[in-house]
Amino acid sequence: MESTQQTESKIIELKPFTDEMIVNMGPQHPSTHGVLRLELRLDGEIVREAIPHIGYLHRCFEKHSENLSYPQIIPFTDRMDYVAAMNQNWGFCLAVEKLMAADETKEFAVPERAEYLRVLICELNRIASHLLSFGTYGMDIGAFTPFLYAFRDRERLLLLFEKICGARLTYNYIRIGGVSEIIPLEPGSIAEQNYLDEIEGFLDYFEPKIDEFNDLLTANSIFSERTMRVAVMPAEMAISYGATGPNLRGSGIDWDLRRDEPYSIYDRFDFDVPVAKDIPELGAVVGDCWSRYKIRMDEMKESVKIVRQILAEGLPDGPVMADLKAVRPPKGEIYFRSEAPRGELGFYIVSDGTPKPVRVKGRSPCFSALSALQELSRGLMVADIIAIIGSIDIVMGEVDR
Amino acid sequence: MPEIFSESFLPIINLQDSSNWATDFVQDVIIPRLPEAAAAHFPMELGTVLVMLAFAGIFVAAVPLLPLVLVLAERKVAARFQNRTGPMRVGPWGTLQTLADGVKLIFKEDYIPPQGDKVLFMLAPYVIFACSFAVFAAIPFGQDILVSDFNIGIFYIMAISSVIVMGVIMAGWSSNSKWSLLGSLRSAAQIVSYEIPLGLSILTVVMLVESLSMSEIVDKQSGGIFTWLIFRSPFTFIAFFIFFISSIAEVNRTPFDLPEAESEIVAGFHTEYSGMRFALFFIAEYANMFAVSAIGVTLFLGGWQGVLPGFDFLGGFPGFVIKTLALVFLMMWIRWTLPRLRVDQLMNLCWKYFIPISFFNILGTGIWGLIFENDDVWSIGISCAIIYVGLISAYAVAGKTLARKPEPQVSSA
Repeated sequence: MESTQQTESKIIELKPFTDEMIVNMGPQHPSTHGVLRLELRLDGEIVREAIPHIGYLHRCFEKHSENLSYPQIIPFTDRMDYVAAMNQNWGFCLAVEKLMAADETKEFAVPERAEYLRVLICELNRIASHLLSFGTYGMDIGAFTPFLYAFRDRERLLLLFEKICGARLTYNYIRIGGVSEIIPLEPGSIAEQNYLDEIEGFLDYFEPKIDEFNDLLTANSIFSERTMRVAVMPAEMAISYGATGPNLRGSGIDWDLRRDEPYSIYDRFDFDVPVAKDIPELGAVVGDCWSRYKIRMDEMKESVKIVRQILAEGLPDGPVMADLKAVRPPKGEIYFRSEAPRGELGFYIVSDGTPKPVRVKGRSPCFSALSALQELSRGLMVADIIAIIGSIDIVMGEVDR
Repeated sequence: MPEIFSESFLPIINLQDSSNWATDFVQDVIIPRLPEAAAAHFPMELGTVLVMLAFAGIFVAAVPLLPLVLVLAERKVAARFQNRTGPMRVGPWGTLQTLADGVKLIFKEDYIPPQGDKVLFMLAPYVIFACSFAVFAAIPFGQDILVSDFNIGIFYIMAISSVIVMGVIMAGWSSNSKWSLLGSLRSAAQIVSYEIPLGLSILTVVMLVESLSMSEIVDKQSGGIFTWLIFRSPFTFIAFFIFFISSIAEVNRTPFDLPEAESEIVAGFHTEYSGMRFALFFIAEYANMFAVSAIGVTLFLGGWQGVLPGFDFLGGFPGFVIKTLALVFLMMWIRWTLPRLRVDQLMNLCWKYFIPISFFNILGTGIWGLIFENDDVWSIGISCAIIYVGLISAYAVAGKTLARKPEPQVSSA
């Protein structure tokens, strides 16, 4: 009897499971989109758990802000989501402007011309941001060429930004009460006409390119195999993790701040909100990587639509900056959210009536989306982790702030 | 088939063989040029070996130039696909760029991971390098441009090229890096799996030709484009595509470049390598790419035989190189267009699709060989007709599915 017991215990020892391997993916890794570190617990190729470790790009944005005047904070917001810096500027300025509007003793309104310029530039910036997202996602999945196609077109956008504010990446263009006047764009001048013509030329060139990108990557069967039905984020999960923007719409929830809570002059434009649906003939499921990616491709078309409407109307005359003596919001606090390319960008500001804020808190859409990674990636493969990171489209500058 | 093995296994050693080209070279070229006294006492065996060594030296020196050209070609081709110009600085149109890169790599620090297995680490690049170059010995580049005409040439190539996976595993294991280990295990699984459809599709050719010798396979395709083995039967037509796709997987190129997937596992099995050892991997990769294309051309696309019987158009050594480079270009085209598969999808493709189709091919080729015993015009005509009808019906069935495009999804609200 003893011998049988021994053999039995031996059988128990010979478990068919191998050791788990702990691998650090990042902070220096080609496709973690910056300095994200993922602690992967691997069983062969299967990921048992992926724990994100953040903070490698922490620059104390929020603490810095407490020691700076409001206009001085704007360049810091550029460094949050450096891929869509215009939208970050705008989000912060909108929050400060709303706080200032609470003071009824001072009359204050952003000029019409500035509002149009803001929408124009920010929608172009949204295209630039989604282009980068498209290109790097292709590269994550293994296709190198879409990346260069995306950057070829993004380059033209960056030149447009350079012409209006002198910078290519960190613009500091949108100011509290209007937009920057560093490079003057006189109303009705030849320079203005040329600039708008150039934008129109870009749109005419770019719109067919979106279809080309869709042919190149979106409809590709290997790409579909890699991204469809992978890491499905159901609507409840997206809401519970606070995913916003394309990630939320990719989960099938019809919510866009530009349409549902219109700020600035978005209520004047006619545009659609792409929302993911099941596509049985292709195999896509609501909430999978492919849906999140496809939302971005469709949003570029909508942004083109908005910019075309502005170009058709023409920019109104008038100043581009409100007549502000000093930026000194009244005592109080404010939370304002706007629709940045990566989702709902919120700023919470506490003011004590001095030129410097007491507290600034940024609500990062990437941070919320990244928090879902751990649950999304469980049980998938190493290659799927890359597909998820690319599809939720994070920028570490914004996650770490 | 005992007669295959009854002949001399390695003719390169068999000096008694009067048909040995090196002996002929010594007798016809060297001895008439020598003084009479020397010619009388000329040591035939030693002379033959020296001639062989000299030619081997030329060969060994010439083959590494191939990757030098191919690397530049790849960079230029990639650049064209991506709206760039590629390297333009070193030499005219950047033609000396790979040379400059090679010089840079030679002077780089040769880092060996201190925790790794040093012997294996140093040995691995040479295993891969040597194997990928040994394959060239059996490839007939032209009518007489063949280092050694083995009677089991294609068998030798299969054997040698499967040793490469040993080098990859050695590199991955000895680097003491988790990325390298993942890459080498992926590579092992991939190469071992794809050897099977590769070997099975080669088998269809061997069944039709009834020989393993590379030169005989080429000789059987001498009647112009329609006697090329790809058109000889509908099954070899299918086998060619299986062979080509499997060979892309064998040389680890996109969409099967999982062992060195940059965006996933950094650089796979050669993550830890630097300097000349890395360059050896690189050279071996491109040499391999050329080798599998050359094998594909030899087996399916007529080797050095021309397009028309009796004419030299696209024939001989230049024709062979043009056909091979066309396949290499196709590989580059695929690499710079397609994304990468996942491990399980890769295995699915191999085990669920390629291997069953390959077995079906072998069955079909056997039946085909029973029906058409001689390679008459009828068999070729029927084969071409079946291929034509098959392609058209495949397009009619799958064309619409392949051309479908996702519509923009816009909310109704």
